[in-house]
Amino acid sequence: MTSARYDVIVIGGGHNGLIAAAYLSRAGKKVLVLERREIVGGAAVTEEIFPGYRFTEFSYVVSLLRPEIIRDLELPKHGLKILPLPSTVTPLDNGDYLAAWDDHDLTRRELYRHSPRDAEAADEYSRVMARAAKAIKPVIGLVPPDPSSLSWRDVRGLLRLGRYGASLGEKEIYRIAKLVTQSSADLLDEWFELDPLKGTKSASGIIGTFLGPRSPGTAYVLLHHYMGEIDGAFRAWGFAKNGTGGVSAAIASSARALGVEIRTGATVAKVIVTGGRATGVALENGDEFSARVVMSAADPKRTFLQFVEPGHLPGEFVDAIRAFRVRGSSGKVNIALSELPQFTCLPGEGPLHRGAISISPSIDYIERAYDEAKYGQFSRQPYIDMIIPSMIDRDMAPPGHHVMSCFVQYAPYDVEGGWDDAKREAFGETVIRTIERYAPNIRRAIVGKQVITPKDIERIAGITGGNIFHGELLLHQLFFLRPAPQWADFRTPLPGYYFGASGAHPGGGVMGAAGKLAAHEILADWR
Amino acid sequence: MTDLYQLKRTPFHERTSRLCLPQNWRRWAGHIAVGSYDLGIEREYWAIRNGAALIDVSPLMKYLVEGRDAARLLHRITPRNIHRMSVGQVVYTGWCDEDGKMLDDGTITRLGETSFRLTSAEPSLRWLHMNAVGMEVTVTERTEQMAALSLQGPKSRAVLNACCATPLDGLKYFRMAPNLLAGRAVTISRTGYTGDLGYEIWMEVADALPVWDALLAAGNDYGIVPCGILAMDMARVEAGLFMLDVDYTAASHAWIPGQKSTPLEMGLGWAVNLDKPGYFVGRRALEREARDGPAWKLVGLEVDWEGLERLYAEAGLPPQIPAMAVRASLPILKDGRQVGYASTSTWSPVLKKYIALVHLERPHYEPGTRVSLEVTVEHHRRHAPATVVALPFYEPEWKRK
Repeated sequence: MTSARYDVIVIGGGHNGLIAAAYLSRAGKKVLVLERREIVGGAAVTEEIFPGYRFTEFSYVVSLLRPEIIRDLELPKHGLKILPLPSTVTPLDNGDYLAAWDDHDLTRRELYRHSPRDAEAADEYSRVMARAAKAIKPVIGLVPPDPSSLSWRDVRGLLRLGRYGASLGEKEIYRIAKLVTQSSADLLDEWFELDPLKGTKSASGIIGTFLGPRSPGTAYVLLHHYMGEIDGAFRAWGFAKNGTGGVSAAIASSARALGVEIRTGATVAKVIVTGGRATGVALENGDEFSARVVMSAADPKRTFLQFVEPGHLPGEFVDAIRAFRVRGSSGKVNIALSELPQFTCLPGEGPLHRGAISISPSIDYIERAYDEAKYGQFSRQPYIDMIIPSMIDRDMAPPGHHVMSCFVQYAPYDVEGGWDDAKREAFGETVIRTIERYAPNIRRAIVGKQVITPKDIERIAGITGGNIFHGELLLHQLFFLRPAPQWADFRTPLPGYYFGASGAHPGGGVMGAAGKLAAHEILADWR
Repeated sequence: MTDLYQLKRTPFHERTSRLCLPQNWRRWAGHIAVGSYDLGIEREYWAIRNGAALIDVSPLMKYLVEGRDAARLLHRITPRNIHRMSVGQVVYTGWCDEDGKMLDDGTITRLGETSFRLTSAEPSLRWLHMNAVGMEVTVTERTEQMAALSLQGPKSRAVLNACCATPLDGLKYFRMAPNLLAGRAVTISRTGYTGDLGYEIWMEVADALPVWDALLAAGNDYGIVPCGILAMDMARVEAGLFMLDVDYTAASHAWIPGQKSTPLEMGLGWAVNLDKPGYFVGRRALEREARDGPAWKLVGLEVDWEGLERLYAEAGLPPQIPAMAVRASLPILKDGRQVGYASTSTWSPVLKKYIALVHLERPHYEPGTRVSLEVTVEHHRRHAPATVVALPFYEPEWKRK
């Protein structure tokens, strides 16, 4: 029984929890972070699963990490380096490929080779998307006002949002209205004719959702991914030095330097409620810590259905959280390799190995992959987004050897019959077989492989349902509806209990905005 | 395969790369283009003004517009009266979006009754197709199939006469005619981007190298000099010719409305034929603007040399001039308040003046208005007195004769 007294206890040492803790400590609060695992980072971890080969286990690329967080927490001083990931190559079934390089002229030339029409449309498309992203971006930095509330704070927030909306041109409003209601397939069909281009672009609209490219709402997710692209220097997807775990390590180091206490191996059993207020946390081992405020950076289900006894929360709210959709839809296959995969479309070692390689030959291919998932199967021919971290950061694998990170969709959490070792093995085999079609040497190069299903994401990273965004990026689960109506401002119906993670506004990705905004709200309420 | 990670090379690359000894390469519309063949650009500049300069302009976007409705399409997307063009005539034009904001500019050549060549700075295939709906017209991009050379300078006609089957004496300003050069079929237009006497030679890629060789051989006695795009950049400012992405932003690229320009603002009032019959894209907006007068205008600015010299003298320095045209936005002030900006400024070797293309708010764009241009003298912000002038700065009598 310990009973140290803290100002704030943060449950969960993922990037959002650590960021919130760092900001709170920076504001003079005494902060304790409790992490269930022995390492911090949550889903942003790097682990040496096979000796010498370091896997960026779950999350593997960074683009949305808020630049002000990097500056405020002095992350570069704590080792953060986001290295460029300069290209995306889509191998095609006819032996050719479609590439997007990190140079406008080169990309245009490449597209023009396949379709002069699409080459021009792509320029226009990216400008239109960038403008729409710029238009919608200020909203992300905003604490979502509750449209049904008449509190001064909400009214002021709504006014600000309204003023902002009025400042947009009519065309921009229509465009955004369309973008938030369309499917990515419909959006892309309006612009392009080339199947692999549409397939590859549509992929970012389905990542982390349990939707297909033809499902309405996916166009918005495309836009979500454009946000990172309009931040000047942060324009493109990057790979963090030492993997995404490098990001967590930098944040943890900064947090510690700011005075945050981080305890690992500390599994939270429940939030202690006294007199209708959260007053502390009890661990599974019986330790208890008290604090004026408790913040959860776990997923919404754990935060509200597991840590807090239902009696402390309104029934309506509990129902809303129960209905919150967190269906995991993707898996990872991390591979240790004795040699580089040789892609038949671009033989030899080349620039493609330093960027993303995307198995997304068409929208139909991805939609078909979704069809299988809808009915409880993992895709026989999945969408795969590969990167080779060891080509970007040589410290990730022994010299001459490589590691490859394969994001795979779809792998439903609720696979028919449930996930077991045999099914996991079959899933891994499907991925290898799919890659093999484009890079035949992959199988013989495998030194070791780690297959991660949504069930494993839940088990290892502690995310209910294994959804990489802690909750699907669905229109009815965004902004003032995330995680539940009236509670999108990082406060919860339980006084003294706050919530700031990917399941809160503005959603997932290694962005850190939820953690930062939650810390801001905690400080605003502090008396 | 590796050339796919490189910029495109022009059809003259085999020749130009051997001559480009300082390795001064620039980027132009997805190609590498020679910046200068010498370490300095003076020799090339004076070839434009006093001899003959041979410039590879192949990166220009080129489109062939053919069919019964070819004239109709071009009439519809530009403010020029295309139906009145005679075969062999060339017009310069800007074109706009529905709000009358400039998208691009280039030339249109009437090759025949139902065929035209359009040049542009930006890819335009999509815009042409979008506007051709329901028309009997085909648009073919010819950028990579067609090579182009610009021969500029007072001796350019003599050089061409020495190697062409048909003498150029009869070819009027902004007219085009087919010809044979070194036995190769070419079309030659009396056009250019320097404000001097000059011609542009259009040919199939297969004929590029023989034509280049023949021109250099024929030009030897006339002082022909291969010339990069930096010298041309100086000359085009003297000629009062602006450049996309430098002096204006295409409406389709603009982040904010303030970045867009109309042709009237760009001083292209003379090329906006509001009396032409029928609809064209942007017509209504331009009619409104023509009535009220543009809020901004692109005009010329001449810096008072004595005033500039004084600013340097106060710092104990002789006046300094940049070696090439400067593409930096420089504020222009009137009575201490900013009234505009310079988008390109350059020393003019032929005029011995410091000049700039400037964008000024109404009413400050009237010639004769006294303003000042911000200059940095020894790391300090100073303001050089200057006078607004009409464009062009330089127009030799032989340009049109």
